[in-house]
Amino acid sequence: MSTRFWTGSRRDAAAGYLFIAPQLLGSILFVFVPLGLVFWYSLHEWNVLADTFTFVGADNYQALLDDPRLTDALAATGLFSAGLVVLNLTLALLLAVLLNQRLRGTVFFRTVFFSPVVVSLVAWTIVWGFLLQNDGGINGLLKTVGVHGPNWLRGETTAMLAVVVVQVVKNVGLNMVLFLAALQGVPANLYEAATVDGASRTRQFRSITVPMISPTILLTSIITVVGSLQVFAQIAVLTQGGPGTSTTVLVYYLYQQAFQFHHFGYGATLSVLLFAIVLLLTLVQWRMRRKWVFHES
Amino acid sequence: MKIRALIAAAAAATLALGLSACGKQEEPSTGPVSLRMTVWSSNEAHLKLFNEIADAYKAKNPRVTEIKFDPIPFENYTTTLTTQIAGGNGPDLAWILENSAPDFVTSGALLPLDDTLAKTDGYDTADLSQAATKLWQTGGKLYAYPFSTSPFGVFVNTDMLKAAGQQTPAELIAANQWTWDKAVAVASASAAKSGKAGLVVRDFDYKGWDNLSTVWAGWGAQAWSADGRTCGFDQQPMVDAMTFLHQAIFTGKALPGPGTTADFFAGASAMTITQISRASLLKDAKFGWDLVPLPSGPSGKYSVIGQAGLGVLKKGRNADVAADFLAFFTSPDNSAKLAAYFPPPRTSQLTADTLAKTNPLLKPEQLQQVVIDGISTGVVKPSHSGQAEISQAVRAALDPLWKPDVDVKAVLAGVCTAINPLLAK
Repeated sequence: MSTRFWTGSRRDAAAGYLFIAPQLLGSILFVFVPLGLVFWYSLHEWNVLADTFTFVGADNYQALLDDPRLTDALAATGLFSAGLVVLNLTLALLLAVLLNQRLRGTVFFRTVFFSPVVVSLVAWTIVWGFLLQNDGGINGLLKTVGVHGPNWLRGETTAMLAVVVVQVVKNVGLNMVLFLAALQGVPANLYEAATVDGASRTRQFRSITVPMISPTILLTSIITVVGSLQVFAQIAVLTQGGPGTSTTVLVYYLYQQAFQFHHFGYGATLSVLLFAIVLLLTLVQWRMRRKWVFHES
Repeated sequence: MKIRALIAAAAAATLALGLSACGKQEEPSTGPVSLRMTVWSSNEAHLKLFNEIADAYKAKNPRVTEIKFDPIPFENYTTTLTTQIAGGNGPDLAWILENSAPDFVTSGALLPLDDTLAKTDGYDTADLSQAATKLWQTGGKLYAYPFSTSPFGVFVNTDMLKAAGQQTPAELIAANQWTWDKAVAVASASAAKSGKAGLVVRDFDYKGWDNLSTVWAGWGAQAWSADGRTCGFDQQPMVDAMTFLHQAIFTGKALPGPGTTADFFAGASAMTITQISRASLLKDAKFGWDLVPLPSGPSGKYSVIGQAGLGVLKKGRNADVAADFLAFFTSPDNSAKLAAYFPPPRTSQLTADTLAKTNPLLKPEQLQQVVIDGISTGVVKPSHSGQAEISQAVRAALDPLWKPDVDVKAVLAGVCTAINPLLAK
C-alpha cells in the first residue's frame, strides 16, 4: 500500500505554518530575541566606552533592591499611571456617551477629539511645552479671565499634572472611538425595555451600558495601563524628569541609566523590572475580567 | 518537543547575537576607506569648510573614498554618540564635548594621538597650548585634539541699554566699573524699561547648570575641587555667588525667571552670556551690539571657556587612517581656516590679527579681550568622570533653588549630599 506524503491534512498544516511564518519570524526576531538579550545584558556590567562586558550574575538585581532612586521612580510612575488611566477612561467614556447621541455636529466633534491621536507625539509635546511655559499660552488665557496661572512645568505637582493632561488630550480620542463602537453595538431594545420599566438614564447607564461594553472597558484599560507605564517622549520633552525627580518615571529613569549614565547592564535590569510590572498588571486585569466583564465573544 | 526545539533555537540565537554585539574587534581594512565623523553642528558654513578640508585630504589619499560628517543635535549629542557605539555603529572620529571628556579620555575608547601627530610633516605639536590640551590628556598621552577652545563673553544689545538710559558695558569697562553688581543693575533697569529680558545665561534655562560657572567663577567658586573629590556647592564662595544670582533673578528681575525664555539674538534681551561662536547669529542683526568680557566678580577678573575635542575611536576599522585624517584636519594650515568658527589651541594663531581675518563680525579689541585674554586665563566649565550622572543629580538638587524665598545655603548643602557619593566613585 503506497502512502502519499502530501495528504490533505498535511497540506492544510503546511499552509497554516506558511501563513503564520512571517508573524512567527517577526515575533522571534523582534520580540523574543530582544527580550532574551535584555535579560542577558541584565546579568552583565557593560561599559560601552571601555568596551568591556563582564558577567556579574545577580549584582544588577541586588543594585535594584538597593537603589534609593528607584522608589521615587516607581512612585512617579504609579502617580502618572493612576492619573492617566482614571482621567483618560472617564473622559473617553463621557465623550463617547455624549457623541453617541443623535445630535447635529457629533461627527465634527468626533473628528476634533480624535485628531490629536494622529498627530506626531513629539511635535504635539513640543507645542504643549510652549503653551505650558510661565509666559505661555495657557497662562495667557488664564490671565484674560483674571487668573494668575502657576509655572506649570516648574512645580512638582503641576508638572506631573501637566504631563498627564497633555497625554490625556493626545490619546483620549482613541479610547473614545473604541467606546463609541462598543456603545453602538448595545441593542436598542434593552434601553426600550428599561424605559418601559421606568429605569432612569443613570440606572440604564449603570445596568445596561457599562455591562454591555465591559469587554471594551477591559481592552481600553489594559491598553491605557500598559501605555501609561511606557511614557517617555512627553517626559523627555516637557520636564526631563524634573523638577527634582518628580516626573522621573521608570522608563525615563531606565533611559537615564542606560543611555545617559552608560550603565547599560543596570538599564537592562530596569527593563526587566518594567516588563515584569507590565506583565503582572496585565495578568491581574485579565484575571479580574471574570468578575466584571459581563460577556466575552 | 517542537516547542522545546523552538525555545532552544531562540536561546541560541539570543546568545549568538548577545556575544556578537559585545567585544567585537574589527579587523583593519586594506581596501577603500570610508570615514565618518560625528559633529554637533549642522551649520552649513561649518560643514562646507569641513567638506573642503576633507576633499583636500581625499585628493592626497586616493584610498580614502569618502569622509562623511554626521551632525547630531547638541542636546543629545553624547547620548546619541554612546548609543551608536553601543550598537556597533560608532563613528571613526568624534567631536567630544568638554563635559564628557574625562569619560572618553580615561575609558580607553580613544586612540592616543601623539605618535601620529609627531610624525605628520609640519604638524608642530609644540604650538598646542598646554592649557588647552590639559583636559584631553591622561598618562602623558593626548587622546583628543582640543578642536575648539571658546571663551564665554557677554553680548550686549547697546540700543536697548541706551533706550533704558543705562551705561553700556564698554563705558563701564572704560570706567573700570564692569562688575557683576553693575551688570545686574543695568540688566534690571533695562528689563524694567523695555519689558523684555535683562540678562540671559544662554543654554542654562534652569537645567544646564554648568553654564552658571560663567557667573560663579567670579566669586572663585567651583563645582568640585580640582581633584574632583570634594563638593564645592556648599562652600562659601558658591553660597555667595548663588545668593547673588538668586537675588538677581527673584528680587532684581535682572534675569528671566524659570519657565520664561528670551533669545538675545532675536532682540528679546539686553545681554546674554554665551560663547563667541554665536556671533554668526548677529550677521543680520537689526540692533546695535557689542561683545565684552565677563564682568568682574568679588574675586576679580576671570574667564570661563568651553572646549570640544576631536578624537579617534579606537574600535573603528580604520582607526589609523582616521588618526591620519585628524592630523591633516587640524594641521596649522587647516587650523587657521577653522579659526573662523572655532578658536584654535595653537598659540601662534591666537592673535587678534589672525582671528580678525576669519571673524569679520568681531573687532580686534573684542577678539583680544574676550578670546585671547580669555583663553590664556580661563577655567574650563565643570567636567568630571561620570559627569552625566553627576549633572543629573545636581540639576535635580538645584531645582528647589529656583523659587523665591528659599534657603540658598540649605539647597546647596543638599546638592553636595546628592553628589558626594558620585564624586567618591
